[in-house]
This record gives sequence, structure tokens and C-alpha cells, in this order.
Amino acid sequence: MTEAHGTGAPDPEVRDPGLQPERTRLAWRRTTLSWTVVAVLAVKLALHDDATATGLTALALSALVWVGFLAVAHRRIHSLSTARPRPLSHRGALLAAGCTIALAVFGAALIW
Amino acid sequence: MSDFVQSLRLWFAPQRIRDEGETPDYRFSLANERTFLAWIRTSLALVGGGFAVDQFLPDLRWGVRVGLALALLAAGVLCALRAVNHWVRCERAMRRGEDLPASRFPAVLSLVVAVVALAMVVVVVFGWTG
Repeated sequence: MTEAHGTGAPDPEVRDPGLQPERTRLAWRRTTLSWTVVAVLAVKLALHDDATATGLTALALSALVWVGFLAVAHRRIHSLSTARPRPLSHRGALLAAGCTIALAVFGAALIW
Repeated sequence: MSDFVQSLRLWFAPQRIRDEGETPDYRFSLANERTFLAWIRTSLALVGGGFAVDQFLPDLRWGVRVGLALALLAAGVLCALRAVNHWVRCERAMRRGEDLPASRFPAVLSLVVAVVALAMVVVVVFGWTG
């Protein structure tokens, strides 16, 4: 029951009728979209005043954590394509939350 | 508080959770993951709100603007931390077959958001008339 079916081809017969893996995948998509909106706001924040060294550094770091979050989401979305996906890894959860916190910290540095 | 420190240790010890209890139905874990993502989006909304305050209310005094923005950013950071914490604790509770952890955080967060919103209304109204 709890044994994952590996990474083989998804068996349509054991697919959850509640479409939980698909819903989870869409939740990741929504989250990457929210991330992108906030990242665009951060770009606007950094380029609002004259492009200072602090602004450009924070901008580059924000872009980096944005890509980091996209990578985590991409890996997870890929692993959700089986019929019985494994639970989210701790590393994935910590990275996703860490990237969000890092963005807030870079934003705070820009605002200050 | 020691409760928090204890679950903080669990964040970085996935093996310890995996050793406990039984693996729950994968659908429960996925539901827990979606709750985690919903909290991450809440956190992102707060961070985005902080950015928006700084950009779209330039007429405010520097102290008020930065104070509001940093309050929202701090709320966003707290929210992301709590997202991981709640996710870990729910995973553990499901493995042990316990009740899911109850929490005061949603109530506190709503109150904080309400207070910030009120403060913003007051600041914007008085800032633009005075």
C-alpha cells in the first residue's frame, strides 16, 4: 500500500481517483507563480532608485534564490508524475522555505 | 518553547522521523505537502506586501514606510518558518497515529495582519490629508 511504485510508467489502474498527485503538482505550480510575482516586485524594488552596488547584489541574489526555488519545484513536480509518489523530502521543504526567507532578507536589505 | 526547539531538531533529522511509526497513506502526505505550500504562498504574499508598501506608498515618512514594510517581511519570514515546522510535526503525528498538532499561529497571524491593515489605513488617510 505504502510502497512507492518506483519511477516506472504510471499504472492507470492504481491512480488515485481524487487526483492528489495532480493537485499537489498544481499547488507547486501556483507557488512558483506567486514566487515569480514577488521576484518581479523585488526587481522593481532594486531598480527603483539608482542602481547601487547593494541594489545589484541583492538583485543577483534574489534571482539566484528564485532559480533555486524553481529547481526544487521542478524536481518535485517531476517526482509527482508517478501514481504513488513518495512524500516531500526534508531537504526540499527546507530549501523551499529557505529560499523564501532569503528573498525576504534581501528585500529587507534593499528597503533599509 | 522547548517544544519548538525539539521540533527544530526534527527539521534536520529526517531519518529520526522515518524510523518512527508507520508510513501513512501517500495521499495524507500529499495533503500535508499542499498545506505546506499554501503556507509558503501566504509567506510570499506577506513578503510581496512588504515590497509593495515600500514601492507604492512613497509619500509616507521614511520611518513609517520602512517600519510597515519590515513588519510585513518579518511576518513573511515567520510564516515560512512555521510552514516547515507545521509540516514536520504533521508528518510525525501521522506516522505515530496521533492527533494533528493544534496551533495558535493562524489566530495570531490574522490579528497581526488585521493590525497592519488598520495601521496602513490610518497612515494613508492621515498621510494624505495632513
